[in-house]
Amino acid sequence: MPASTSPSSASSLRPPEAGVRPFTIDIPDEQIEDLRARLELTRWPGREPVADATQGVQLDTTRELIRYWGSEYDMRRLADRLNAVPQFTTEIDGVGIHFIHIKSRHEHALPLIITHGWPGSVIELLEVVGPLTDPTAHGGSAGDAFDLVLPSLPGYGFSAAPASVGWDPGRIAQAWAELMSRLGYTRYVAQGGDVGAAVTDTMAIQAPDGLAGIHLNFLRRPPPEVAAAIFGGAPEPEGLTEEERAAFGPFRAQFMKGYIAEQGQSPQTIGYSLTDSPVGLAAWILDHDADAYEKISRAFVDGEPAGGLTRDRILDNITLYWLTRTGTSAARIYWESQRATAAAAAAGQTPPAVSLPVAFTVFPGEIFRAPRSWAERVYPNLTYFNEVERGGHFAAWEEPEIFADEMRAAFRPLRLPDQT
Amino acid sequence: MSIQTTTATDIRRFEIEVSDAELADLRSRINATRWPDAETDPSQGVQLDVIQALAGYWATDYDWRRFEQRFAALPHFITEIDGVDIHFIHVRSEHEDALPLIVTHGWPGSTVEQLKIIDPLTDPTGHGASAADAFHLVIPSLPGHGFSEKPRETGWDPIRIARAWVVLMKRLGYTEFVAQGGDWGNAVTEQMALLKPDGLLGIHTNMPATVPPDVSKALAGGGPKPDGLAPDEDKAYDILEHFFATGVGYANEMGNRPQTLYGIADSPVGLAAWMLDHDERSYQLIARAFVGQPGGLSRDDVLDNVTHYWLTNTGVSSGRLYWESKLAFFDAKGVEIPVGVTVFPDELYPAPRSWAEKAYPKLIHFNEVDEGGHFAAWEQPQILSEEIRATFRSLR
Repeated sequence: MPASTSPSSASSLRPPEAGVRPFTIDIPDEQIEDLRARLELTRWPGREPVADATQGVQLDTTRELIRYWGSEYDMRRLADRLNAVPQFTTEIDGVGIHFIHIKSRHEHALPLIITHGWPGSVIELLEVVGPLTDPTAHGGSAGDAFDLVLPSLPGYGFSAAPASVGWDPGRIAQAWAELMSRLGYTRYVAQGGDVGAAVTDTMAIQAPDGLAGIHLNFLRRPPPEVAAAIFGGAPEPEGLTEEERAAFGPFRAQFMKGYIAEQGQSPQTIGYSLTDSPVGLAAWILDHDADAYEKISRAFVDGEPAGGLTRDRILDNITLYWLTRTGTSAARIYWESQRATAAAAAAGQTPPAVSLPVAFTVFPGEIFRAPRSWAERVYPNLTYFNEVERGGHFAAWEEPEIFADEMRAAFRPLRLPDQT
Repeated sequence: MSIQTTTATDIRRFEIEVSDAELADLRSRINATRWPDAETDPSQGVQLDVIQALAGYWATDYDWRRFEQRFAALPHFITEIDGVDIHFIHVRSEHEDALPLIVTHGWPGSTVEQLKIIDPLTDPTGHGASAADAFHLVIPSLPGHGFSEKPRETGWDPIRIARAWVVLMKRLGYTEFVAQGGDWGNAVTEQMALLKPDGLLGIHTNMPATVPPDVSKALAGGGPKPDGLAPDEDKAYDILEHFFATGVGYANEMGNRPQTLYGIADSPVGLAAWMLDHDERSYQLIARAFVGQPGGLSRDDVLDNVTHYWLTNTGVSSGRLYWESKLAFFDAKGVEIPVGVTVFPDELYPAPRSWAEKAYPKLIHFNEVDEGGHFAAWEQPQILSEEIRATFRSLR
């Protein structure tokens, strides 16, 4: 779709095509040859002295991943998949932002901006494009249609990496509001998990004109006393229910993991490994959370993918990080987030209450199953809460059908008569 | 020496062998480094200009063979202890009454850190001290480090290593000895002291674990700072608080997920950056060696150690010690035997005398020196040698 046919809007002062350029990916052969050569020359550490994943990504998993990446994976499929959807770039706040933009053929489709997380990318979201923009072909009705905007976070994929500091979730949220306005959308909704949840939550706090509500699949901002314990080292709050305790333990354990500290403190240091070594990058990306690692490991070692997490799609995401050389710049969002959090804490600021409608879906394999009680406290206007049967941290990627159903159900009450 | 067939627990001579092909492979990998963009803030870790200067020197003028010649000339040995082959350097003083001393390195160090103290400690009369200050020196490589074997089973924490070191000293025929260390070397040395083995007369540490329980609790819980801290205690608290907030990413990662660090086995620059980012002040010292005015460490010092890690492929296996250890790094452990402490000003935290006195009831030496940091033996061999002599003089 050429940018010049972007939707028009009477309230948009700026011509909608301003600064929005169509984008296609072209990967030079020499980059692929260089990657293959590095895969062949991989220098391995010894085997872990444990029989499980307790010391990190296991040697059998990385060996099979590197073998498959170098010998069976089609290095061209990444460009083919991305070029099959309409991609654009536009400069916002000094940074070139890459995004996928698919308008539904159904009139009055509800515009939805979905933000990926780390270690994800727009690759996570490709399988929900069909169900969300073309619901009638995927078991839904025309009244469930969305126009989709899928941006790459700054420093991720084909978005530019900011050359200066300050690109924390708050600034990204502002950029997303500008993007939606630039596309001519005057009423839209937003969705995210992981870092995408932080951005989407911040959009809801900022409540820009046009944002009608959000959906989250990760509770990035728990109630204050829980946040103090998890992020500030305070003791476990008293009086937690059984459900809350079951969430608290794994939530805290995840935020004590090394990748969060390392990327928050020294993203540049680990960045050298992520940029120079394909296996270094792949292992770092695989080691996000126990459930996702187990599923990914199974896809390679046992040939049994869980849902959409196939070997090829996992490698599409890793290859995107590799070819765009964004291991370091992507890690930096943790440094930015921690810096912003520390500055807010030092200033004694607490986030203002969110009055916009918020919908939440619990995917059971997620790092922790967010208790409804926490979601209700953080989001007093919680309009939808559901726990689904399958799926984990990479909800849209793992279970695109379930994810699409949740989007439809969560946002149905927010559609205006002419959007249904 | 035995006339029987050699067994694993015999002490065997060890020769270092590095092929030209390994060195050529290293050089070609450095030359092929694929770089990220520069950091957007100097606090984000190892800076691009520093690591590029390091890589440029490493791939061109740096000569491993020059170091290897000197290193291989030392008496190297291997012996199996508790199922693992332990490499060590063993230099006996020509003074027969010398005091046996086992010195343990830390991470990201190795026996390379200790080479500069060998002559002053084993040959004091050649270095401005008296024959009565002589030591027989034992410098082991921690399991998974350097030329020691990589354990294939779990359980090699500082306590098990401490037991192995006692076995090593006995196997060498030493009935009375002393021990020294910083970083993991301190953890192992303090565990030896807690075992109170026959013959261990005392220890010296350049990274003492002195933090009192109330302070440790406040640091772990994010404050508040305990009341009534003296000015030097208050300063130590602030430095530790800053360290825990900003300087433990690498330790967390190795403590939880050492195997995930495939990049430091595959990428020389990935390994070098990981090793440079240990603590702020040693990073600044190393950065100055490559861009700016070198201090206690030269470019060759740094690259001798990094290359040693690369050639032994011990980036990941050395990181496992963080996973193995369940000990709080800086907490006082209740050491009851005689202890000497030297506070180097650029160490992770400056241990106050008051904390050292509480942590070590038999504190036989305490001194704050003017210069040096985390890698005391490597940076300030003369000062550390004098401190070791002063500490152990009363135990001879």
